[in-house]
Amino acid sequence: MSSGIDNETTQFHVLAVDDSIIDRKLIERLLKTSSYQVTTVDSGVKALEFLGLLEDHENADINKNTNSNPTFPPTGNFHHEMEVNLIITDYCMPGITGYDLLRKIKESRLLKDIPVVIMSSENVPTRINNCLQQGAHEFFIKPVQQSDVNKLRPHLLRGKSMENQPNNIIINSSKRKPIEECLSPSRLRAKLKELELVQ
Amino acid sequence: MEVGQLQRSFLEYIAALFREGFLDGQFSQLQLLQDESNPDFVVEVVSLFFEDSERLLNDLTKALDQQNVDFIKIDAHVHQLKGSSSSIGAQRVKNACITFRNCCDERNIEACLRCLQEVKQEYLLAKTKLEALFRLEQQIVAAGGAIPILDEFS
Repeated sequence: MSSGIDNETTQFHVLAVDDSIIDRKLIERLLKTSSYQVTTVDSGVKALEFLGLLEDHENADINKNTNSNPTFPPTGNFHHEMEVNLIITDYCMPGITGYDLLRKIKESRLLKDIPVVIMSSENVPTRINNCLQQGAHEFFIKPVQQSDVNKLRPHLLRGKSMENQPNNIIINSSKRKPIEECLSPSRLRAKLKELELVQ
Repeated sequence: MEVGQLQRSFLEYIAALFREGFLDGQFSQLQLLQDESNPDFVVEVVSLFFEDSERLLNDLTKALDQQNVDFIKIDAHVHQLKGSSSSIGAQRVKNACITFRNCCDERNIEACLRCLQEVKQEYLLAKTKLEALFRLEQQIVAAGGAIPILDEFS
């Protein structure tokens, strides 16, 4: 008998934003090897559209199975019944940059808690600092490696556990394995301690 | 040719590409992302790179042929090409792009034209060699063998 919120079989859904078709293909493959569900878009504007941050109710109604009542407000990180758990975006893009996208997400009441990761081919310390200060959780130098993508999991797990009711056990037994796979025993103890404090 | 011989030829060829700097570690990363569920991943990404690069090289040629050369636009194109060549491990193309961007900074048309020639040459070399590599792969697969992964550290 499963509870109302069953996170055991829910996949994490990552939105990847990059104007380069090569880099989109690469990041998609890297994310899929970690068993994430992936949506890729080629611009910041399309990302905002997907996230429901643009005034575009027509797009929100494409999937007829969702609530298609036009007066229902955009549900932020829900789109086509698919919640977005993390956004990874290129920095240099024509139109709105990854930095602009980051700011818009952080300014949004509905989306500000979604972790955002920035990618860039250029190692510019001021750029990196600005992004981190603006709330980016990670900054990857391109080309992005598997080891970079492995760093995403703690951010995703933290996001999921914060969605649970305060009374629920933050880490249930089905979540224990993924954390153990990427943390050493001492870091695992520290991580469990940190998560216990989040109620 | 029997499978073992084909596989050895393949390993020698790809080892030379790494040794001569045509490919770098990023290409190995691409190979590691290929598996039974994505058996054509490398060819697919590299094909995208070929299409994208040819478009960019055409745009660059046109941009340098204008009355008033827009160096900002040229730099943007070269930046893109640098990024995509870096993403697939085409090291010499990437390096030629880095040199090109320096010429853009100096706003020197003659130097940029030379750089463009250099990038085109490196691109054509990379394309020829990668296509040869993929042909070797096809022969191995057709002969019933598996494509060996070069252990760079052996």
